[in-house]
Amino acid sequence: MKIVVCIKQVPDTTEIKINPATGTLIRDGVPSIMNPDDKGGLEMALRLKDQYGAEVTVITMGPPQAEAILREAFAMGADRAILLTDRAFAGADTLATSNALAGALKCIDYDLIIGGRQAIDGDTAQVGPEMAEHLQLPQISYVTNVEYDGKKNLTVKKETENGYQMLSVEMPCLLTVLATANKARYMSVAGIMEAFDKEVEIWTADKIDVDRAKLGLSGSPTRVKKSFTKAQKGAGETFEVDAEEAVNIIISKLKEKHII
Amino acid sequence: MEKTDYKNVYVFVEQRNGEIQSVGLELLGKARDLASVLNEKVIAILAGDQVKKHAQYLIEMGADEVICMDAPELKDYLTEQYSQAIYQMVQKFQPSILMFGATTIGRDLAPRLAARLGTGLTADCTKLEISEEGELMMTRPAFGGNLMATIMCTEHRPQMSTVRPGVMQKMTRDANRKGTVIDFAPNFDSSKFKVKLLKEVKEDKNAVDIQAAKILVSGGRGVGCAEGFKKLQALADVLGGQVSSSRAMVDAGVMPHDRQVGQTGKTVRPNVYFACGISGAIQHLAGMEESDYIIAINKDKYAPIFQVADLGLVGDLNKVIPLLTEKLAKEIQK
Repeated sequence: MKIVVCIKQVPDTTEIKINPATGTLIRDGVPSIMNPDDKGGLEMALRLKDQYGAEVTVITMGPPQAEAILREAFAMGADRAILLTDRAFAGADTLATSNALAGALKCIDYDLIIGGRQAIDGDTAQVGPEMAEHLQLPQISYVTNVEYDGKKNLTVKKETENGYQMLSVEMPCLLTVLATANKARYMSVAGIMEAFDKEVEIWTADKIDVDRAKLGLSGSPTRVKKSFTKAQKGAGETFEVDAEEAVNIIISKLKEKHII
Repeated sequence: MEKTDYKNVYVFVEQRNGEIQSVGLELLGKARDLASVLNEKVIAILAGDQVKKHAQYLIEMGADEVICMDAPELKDYLTEQYSQAIYQMVQKFQPSILMFGATTIGRDLAPRLAARLGTGLTADCTKLEISEEGELMMTRPAFGGNLMATIMCTEHRPQMSTVRPGVMQKMTRDANRKGTVIDFAPNFDSSKFKVKLLKEVKEDKNAVDIQAAKILVSGGRGVGCAEGFKKLQALADVLGGQVSSSRAMVDAGVMPHDRQVGQTGKTVRPNVYFACGISGAIQHLAGMEESDYIIAINKDKYAPIFQVADLGLVGDLNKVIPLLTEKLAKEIQK
């Protein structure tokens, strides 16, 4: 089986803080990590490899420094790594991103494509399904488990708001996976040593099968008009009093608001 | 594409097992605001198997027209079946705006459709407005709620968005509202149906709907343990409310995820939100700051929660909450 896993390098958004003076994001010193859902997807692929044997290719689109997460994927057990990097990709929204990735996928042999459900910087969950459409593949999103029948079929567990679904799908297909699907393995020491000897393939826009008009900013139907930090609503009254007094204040306010 | 050929505000109204989902009604409420600015119609898209009986209800909840697609293929949500149906509907009716709930269904279907239609899609919006030029302005959180972005799709139609559940407000049901129901029968290409639903399992995890609660008593790190949450539960019981939680206590295994408020949990807007021992990380505020009245109780007077609270009490919740519960019980008995 040939599996391609789409991964993304993201800032660790749990570490991001706002500069209260300027209202802008403080990005300095914020570490870059492999997106958590993508790591869950990579682990899922590696478990299929452990169990059934598979060739696992990882691909990412991003600036040259995104190579770091491909090395990490090598150290976890990936066999091949592709970095899609070109100024032509810059400014892409989800549709243009999905066109670039689908264009690259058209140049790779695969039975199964796995991606993370969503990236923690954008939280859109759109690139996976958009890629699946461009590639005319069936998709299943919000995946937490997959079983392989050894031939062509997968049985997939999909999380929903009310529980879960069990779905069957024939390969080739595309799955988007949750970080909670599994506990991703650590890089092995031997893997880390090897990771730096392996070749990361660099692919530019010329190398992939896509209409260039569909890439980057010019291929993006959406535009960010403005971004801003949330204006916090003004603080109300705060009292530093003993418990008895605090309770009286709360009760009088609840009465005033006709809650009680 | 001629932009002027595309008109009206369309809402995909999600149903599960034949039951209309609340988020669809919230979107109808928002669609009414947008349509009145544009002087256009609100059109509900109702897809399923034998769901036409719900059409009148959608009219009473704000739709001017309901496009009804009743077909056995649409009984359960499956990506390709629904994509074919709605793609054909879009081709025929040409919506200017097309909205979905940001649910596991909407966030699976909308991107598939957007790619098929070659148009833009904005995920998980929390605010929708019409610009002076009559374009849709879609605002959404990014970077884990640290940043808000307003996104537009001015050169393509339809303008598509998924909208976060619990954020928009439903209209009050109006039994006198009149509207039309239009039947639409898609032509399915079943050769593309590659995914089969084997079974659907309901889990209890959503037994409590904190989004529906009028009063929420929410606890954070300051509550500490399951024992502490019992005190919050007692207060919630007296007020007829529910207990919810910050992420910290969910991660610690004290509270289940379905009770979590915030960026990675649920968005709530109760009449009263008690924030007990919650410091007020931006990810938490993202899920509760639209509450009508916020009461914060925290030992740390510098906790950011006091910046959004309408009423802040600096003090020990372990003393305040039980006393409040006791006094409220007496007040309510009066």
